[in-house]
Amino acid sequence: MTRTDDGAGADAPAPSAPERTRRQQYERRQLVRSIVTAALSTIAFAALLVFVVSRQERWPDVRDAFFDGGVFGDSFRPILEAFWLDVRIFLVCAPCILVFGLLVSLARSTRSPVLFPVRALATVYVDLTRGVPVILWINLIGFGVVALLSSRSFFGGYLFWGGVTLVWTYSAYVSEVFRAGIESIHESQRAGARSLGLSTWQTNRHVVIPQAVRRVVPPLMNDFVSLQKDVALVSLLGPVEALRRADVIQDRTFNFTPFVVAALMFVSVSIPLTRLADHLMAKERRRMSGTAVR
Amino acid sequence: MSLLSYRRVRKSFGTRVVLDSIDLEVDRGQVITLIGASGSGKSTLLRCTNLLEPIDDGEIWFDGVDISEPGRKPDPVRRRIGMVFQSFNLFPHMTVLENVTLAPRKVLGRHRRDADDRARAMLDRFGLADKADDYPDRCSGGQQQRVAIVRALQMDPEVMLLDEITSALDPELVGEVLEVVRGLRGQGMTMLLATHEMAFAREISDQVCFLKDGRIHEHGSPEQIFTMPARQETRDFLARVIASGRM
Repeated sequence: MTRTDDGAGADAPAPSAPERTRRQQYERRQLVRSIVTAALSTIAFAALLVFVVSRQERWPDVRDAFFDGGVFGDSFRPILEAFWLDVRIFLVCAPCILVFGLLVSLARSTRSPVLFPVRALATVYVDLTRGVPVILWINLIGFGVVALLSSRSFFGGYLFWGGVTLVWTYSAYVSEVFRAGIESIHESQRAGARSLGLSTWQTNRHVVIPQAVRRVVPPLMNDFVSLQKDVALVSLLGPVEALRRADVIQDRTFNFTPFVVAALMFVSVSIPLTRLADHLMAKERRRMSGTAVR
Repeated sequence: MSLLSYRRVRKSFGTRVVLDSIDLEVDRGQVITLIGASGSGKSTLLRCTNLLEPIDDGEIWFDGVDISEPGRKPDPVRRRIGMVFQSFNLFPHMTVLENVTLAPRKVLGRHRRDADDRARAMLDRFGLADKADDYPDRCSGGQQQRVAIVRALQMDPEVMLLDEITSALDPELVGEVLEVVRGLRGQGMTMLLATHEMAFAREISDQVCFLKDGRIHEHGSPEQIFTMPARQETRDFLARVIASGRM
């Protein structure tokens, strides 16, 4: 068949200027009305908030302690430079966590009796790691191991072991996300692959894992949003990242504005990450269930 | 000697017996149809043949080897036995071409170009040439099931197991899939199929087995089974099928 689509509509009546049906006009009025209502209500609410807060007797003290313009200007740059360390820790740890977490989830999903010790070890690791607060692990591994090594080389440093702790703890959470993904793949997919003669490993590698990973991207994003903030826990060990730098400045100025500056920096990364996660989740939901119900 | 032979095959899930002393011989080039109500054991028999389910007792011989022997590696057996499922079981994250070439490349070690060429040639013969680069979601049910058949055939199997392959299809799509099975019969493919399409079973089979409660109650030529069934159970089953308008 040849393509003659272009000429096909020639003798059909030309589509008239987009004329809205009564229903579409109604929908449009509703839309405009809800936008205007939302805007007015937001403005009124914000005005009320500003009015009430600024009328508080101690508001000037609060303003000076947390929102000091001078301190803000002086501390912004040093804290931003220190924040770059947070970003770098995140960028190095995140891929390590993905790889290690996937390996742990695979270890837990094995079925062969030979691998029972591996499976048991992985299970103990996940239970133990998730059952203990991250901050405790930071102290335990960060201070503990470094004290044991008593070396000042890179691999003996607090920064390195802080990163190791983050990978250690977050991999446990991430491995559970991966495992949920792997178990959500229907058994018929394995049957389809095995019936063709693919081995257990080939089935995992080519059929199960690629689908599982796609399915868990949104929940994984949630874990990485938390990781982005928990990077600051490394500061407990000494490395000067944003929180630590803010702490130092606060000690000197007796003003809490540096913490607000650091907070803004974390938020400036975590909010876009969260929105991205929301967007991915909404997309996945649409894919699975068609359209949303109003 | 038969290509496939079942000897006193028994299988139960918990306390429920799903296959009970099944004896059956399948010769090369034969087409044998399993009919019977849902839960009669048709699908389980096919799944056991492909070693997707272990049997409890008895033997299944394939090409002179007891494949049901405990501890036998299933993969070498499976690559010689093709299976097509009721719900297609295509891989949704791969294109049609990738679905069809995965096993030839990974299991048989064919080079990508070789595997692609063979696959495209067969997809073309089955009227699926323009679907090769689409994902399964973009194909109709009938197209998906034909892709699943191509996927199994690309392994050059010696026998094909077809497990109610038209049961999940809209009525108007059944024909195109059955047409493919007719073509396979024409090429002399050995087939064992479970189906609810009685007219098709009658047309295509060399032998028909009627299963009920995991036993082969009656076994014979399609003419005999459909026109003068010997057993009351078979007559009852066919009467129900006719009453429901499926024959």
